[in-house]
Amino acid sequence: MTINMRNVALFALVGVLFIITGFLQSWNVMLTILNMGLISAILALGVNMQWGYAGLFNIGIMGFVALGGLAAVLVSMPPVHDAWAAGGLQIILGLVLGALTITAAVLFWKRAPAGTLRGLGVTAILIVGFFLFRSVFDPGVAAVEAVNSASTGYLGGLGLPILLAWPAGGLLAAGVAWLIGKTALGLRSDYLAIATLGIAEIIIAVLKNEDWLSRGVKNVVSLPRPVPYEVDLQRSEAFVSRVTGWGFDPVAASGITVKLAYAGLFLVVLLLLVWLAEMALRSPWGRMMRAIRDNEVAAAAMGKNVTKRHLQIFVIGCAVCGIAGAMMTTLDSQLTPGTYQPLRFTFLIWVMVIVGGSGNNWGAVLGGFLVWWLWVMVEPIGLWLMGALTSGLPDGALRTHLLDSAAHMRLLTMGLVLLLVLRFSPRGLIPER
Amino acid sequence: MDFLNALVVFANFVLVPATAYGAQLALGALGVTLIFGILRFSNFAHGDTMAFGTMITILVTWALQAAGVTFGPLPTALLALPVAVGVTALLLLGTDRMVYRFYRKVRAAPVILVMVSLGVMFVMNALVRFGIGVNEYRFDDGARFVVDARTFREMTGLAEGLAIRSTQVITLVTAVIVVAALFWFLKRTRTGKSMRAFSDNEDLALLSGINPERVVAVTWIITAALATTAGVLYGLDKSFKAFTYFQLLLPIFASAIVGGLGSPIGAIAGGFIIAFSEITVTYAFKRVVTYVVPENPAPEGLMQLLSTDYKFAVSFTILIIVLLFKPTGLFKGQQS
Repeated sequence: MTINMRNVALFALVGVLFIITGFLQSWNVMLTILNMGLISAILALGVNMQWGYAGLFNIGIMGFVALGGLAAVLVSMPPVHDAWAAGGLQIILGLVLGALTITAAVLFWKRAPAGTLRGLGVTAILIVGFFLFRSVFDPGVAAVEAVNSASTGYLGGLGLPILLAWPAGGLLAAGVAWLIGKTALGLRSDYLAIATLGIAEIIIAVLKNEDWLSRGVKNVVSLPRPVPYEVDLQRSEAFVSRVTGWGFDPVAASGITVKLAYAGLFLVVLLLLVWLAEMALRSPWGRMMRAIRDNEVAAAAMGKNVTKRHLQIFVIGCAVCGIAGAMMTTLDSQLTPGTYQPLRFTFLIWVMVIVGGSGNNWGAVLGGFLVWWLWVMVEPIGLWLMGALTSGLPDGALRTHLLDSAAHMRLLTMGLVLLLVLRFSPRGLIPER
Repeated sequence: MDFLNALVVFANFVLVPATAYGAQLALGALGVTLIFGILRFSNFAHGDTMAFGTMITILVTWALQAAGVTFGPLPTALLALPVAVGVTALLLLGTDRMVYRFYRKVRAAPVILVMVSLGVMFVMNALVRFGIGVNEYRFDDGARFVVDARTFREMTGLAEGLAIRSTQVITLVTAVIVVAALFWFLKRTRTGKSMRAFSDNEDLALLSGINPERVVAVTWIITAALATTAGVLYGLDKSFKAFTYFQLLLPIFASAIVGGLGSPIGAIAGGFIIAFSEITVTYAFKRVVTYVVPENPAPEGLMQLLSTDYKFAVSFTILIIVLLFKPTGLFKGQQS
């Protein structure tokens, strides 16, 4: 790998931005931004695989991030035994019936001779199956949600270490991505965009409404953590004596230690993924991907199965987003379906990829850090700017309105950045080699 | 009698609202389909264009109301609508000039244009938030009902009432007028014919001397009118909230694709298909069933196929089914 001085300088510049934040605000704030920046970089890496390698337009990233979050709950929370006893098996049975119905319908469609009868048969299977599913599933859900609904009211998870949730989140996202890709890939390029936009909304709706699964909008809080708690550190004699020996305040130092531990974990995942992505991109497989992206017809003529390769990369990219989603829920140690906004979890990631440089893994990572930093900082800067601009105005409705709307500066900035980069520098900060 | 009662309940909660909603979706989908036919990309900024047009309408409505101008029994917003269409058309023409025209010149791939439209969506969304904020607003005034439930009960002597809100009637009447005008324009006028020619075969249209920039400009103006009207009708019928308009994108796209992207008739059919399925599937049929099967004790549960929160899932499922079995849509839209 040749080291490009310009790229190093760009990364150094972003590093300086973070260090300035540390000095001006506090190291705690800086580490909070950095941790989310690491996760954003991983998300951008996943989207870059889809867009940069293969030209697939996925605007349902939010859904896959949320699936990762769901995996964190399902893996790490302790199981609720009463709920399982009340209706857990019934819910599982209902879901199995639902899956069987769909499989039966698909098999029937494939086996039966074409004609009106086939359509009617599939419809009949689906309708009967749906009512069967509801009749088994609904009582189970009611029973589970009735179990101590103020604190549990859901099935709980497997009670395993939360680090296992990261790969699990990837697998869950990959499964859903496979279903979407199977239907929408191979059609017009915008159909994938519309299908992913839809599935993301549906995943969020499921998370908000299926209380038996993850408590819906009642949220699952205090997930187990892979790193020590601040209070435990403050109680530990060894820790307190060591940091006071170095001249730090134990309370502030415990917060920073925990955040550094998270940052270390995230950095390992990020570096591993970047390494894998770089290896893949340089391999014959990566060249084939780019060949398909640049000219699908020519690649197909060379005997490459375009749709299959697209499905492959789509699933892989979504899996990376799922991993990042599980990591984010681990960092927050809570799953709050109400906070998933397409702006923050889908379109912001796109801005990161485009600004950083689509097709280049390091570019995506850089974009992740830089744009996340901007996203956090635009609001205070916008507020300050608006305050300065309106300082000449008399205090009144107009000035209040303008000051209030500074909060929406983020949207405008992100939209303008996206448009300007697409127009004047479509290859991004670190262009594809 | 019980059967009539069941029918009235069904009409009141499914038929009438779905017809109004279908008309709103159809107008929205027409805009998407026109842009797709002429400019050949899926415009993700359409939902926010609707929101922008509605915002202007609301602001003008407030100004009119403050000046003491009303429209008698009709909502004042209808007076403000032409102004809002004009402002939205200016915004869209400006966007085209500053953003889209460049990509047309370099003949960018459709997916790039889709991404650009995302950027435009951001900016428009920000404009709406700057202008009116993120809160929910109701801006319907004038007469509330054409037929209210109580009058209906007294007139017919039935146990159930049928309420038809004036906004629902206005929606339908306006939609019919707009669609009729649009089809007249596309079929009869010279500009409309050149638009259809351009949509069918761009190169051939260029060869026969059609000015592409003029066609594109007219398309944006019509889209502005359609989007603003759709947005205002939806807002009058329900309420205005910026985020809801973004979420309308999915049913609108589903309508346009189900009908066949690029086909105006298809967009209208698709709008009604999506609206009726969405409302039928999420409606609790308990009361209808109680009337039809009076002997049995009332059925347990709400007899609801899907909870209302899953209404996106309905548009999405229909979309997926159409993509699987008939990717060109019911009315044979364009494939690429």
